[in-house]
Amino acid sequence: MSIYSSFKQKNDIERLVFLINSEAKETINIMEICGGHTHSIMKYGLNALIKDKINFLHGPGCPVCVMPIKRIDAAICIAGLPDVILVAYGDIMRVPGTNSSLIKERAKGKDIRMIYSPLDIIKIVGDKSNKNKKIVFFAIGFETTTPMTAALLEEVIIKKIENVFFYINHVLVPPPINAILDSNDSLIDGFICPGHVSVITGSGIYSDIVQKYKKSAVISGFEPYDILSGTLLIVRQINDNNPSVEIAYKRAVKEEGNKKAQDLVNKYFRVRDEFEWRGFGNIAKSGLRLRDEFKYFDAEYVFADELKALELNEDFKENTGCKCGEILRGKLKPVDCPLFGKVCIPENPVGACMVSSEGACSAYYKYRNF
Amino acid sequence: MCLAIPSKVIEIKGDSTVVVDTMGSKRLISTMLLEERANVGEYLLIHVGYAMQKIDEKEAIESLGLFKEIENKMNMG
Repeated sequence: MSIYSSFKQKNDIERLVFLINSEAKETINIMEICGGHTHSIMKYGLNALIKDKINFLHGPGCPVCVMPIKRIDAAICIAGLPDVILVAYGDIMRVPGTNSSLIKERAKGKDIRMIYSPLDIIKIVGDKSNKNKKIVFFAIGFETTTPMTAALLEEVIIKKIENVFFYINHVLVPPPINAILDSNDSLIDGFICPGHVSVITGSGIYSDIVQKYKKSAVISGFEPYDILSGTLLIVRQINDNNPSVEIAYKRAVKEEGNKKAQDLVNKYFRVRDEFEWRGFGNIAKSGLRLRDEFKYFDAEYVFADELKALELNEDFKENTGCKCGEILRGKLKPVDCPLFGKVCIPENPVGACMVSSEGACSAYYKYRNF
Repeated sequence: MCLAIPSKVIEIKGDSTVVVDTMGSKRLISTMLLEERANVGEYLLIHVGYAMQKIDEKEAIESLGLFKEIENKMNMG
């Protein structure tokens, strides 16, 4: 049995479904924070198997979906500056800004390149024809992805590379969760916490959920067995009135996380006072930026004048019919959006939740088992 | 975005580079974020070209053994 298939065996899944359906006393609202979880739930139809007992609410854990229009517009602005090569992960390329997207700008001739890994940037630097270019990395992602950006910066410094800059949009998982729980009408009973964020951070970052808000927080992997066993642990915590942080993904997540990755992130990044999230507005201490001593690598410092001009001149706006914001806060489901599946489809996405391969709308559209 | 795929180490290339097999395709990845040395035959969790953790196979097997208490009851039902 391979390590890939052993966590989706039929008899194990049936057993967990039986246990959840028989042990849950009433309908429980569980938010799965990570977009990867949303996709697994929809792909394997887990929501349908336990629909009488578990109502899955989809959370803000898709870094592409939560990126505000303003930051997309800023990336487009940077890509338009002389001698700039903008590099970005594929996920963000099609997200609409106010008037355009990175992929459309690339079609118009801007030098915008899709990368799979920050290591690809080293190859771009190595190409002699890029010697006089400014290579700007549009870095996005949660705690999972930040260490790899830090690793790139470390390599850039060690190799004394002077033409790589970082437009940092790394964000943190706990602040939006706290923001959701702070809203008076939150229905959530427990959280399935993101597995790969936790590989890096460890389980400590969820202590507020348990101690301050008295909700369950179970870290889960992404296979059907992982999600259902995490769900069952939440059901049992609720039955025992014992909200706690548990790890249902022990093959990958250690309580203390990956210390080496954490240290590298702390070496290069500091927490911003606030960061804007789509659907939430500004959230205090929710995003990262390079530390001041590395400001010469920071695109927000290097291109400060150009970004300021954009801020003054552009009227950042989203499509008003789009319900991404409410969907990201677990208030609405994709099917509640009037645009879903009609105007907003994967080929012509209106909102980020349909664009991103991890957005809730994309999952609903793709698997159609709601 | 936070997708990470378990991949088997098939060759050690240098200080912080190994070749892994991800569902049949081979690729070079960096192990500079790993806290321990990677060894051939081990599974690593790979995210955007970097190994972020080793997969603990003992824990994997143990977790599959949980929640089995109900087996008999289900078969009877």
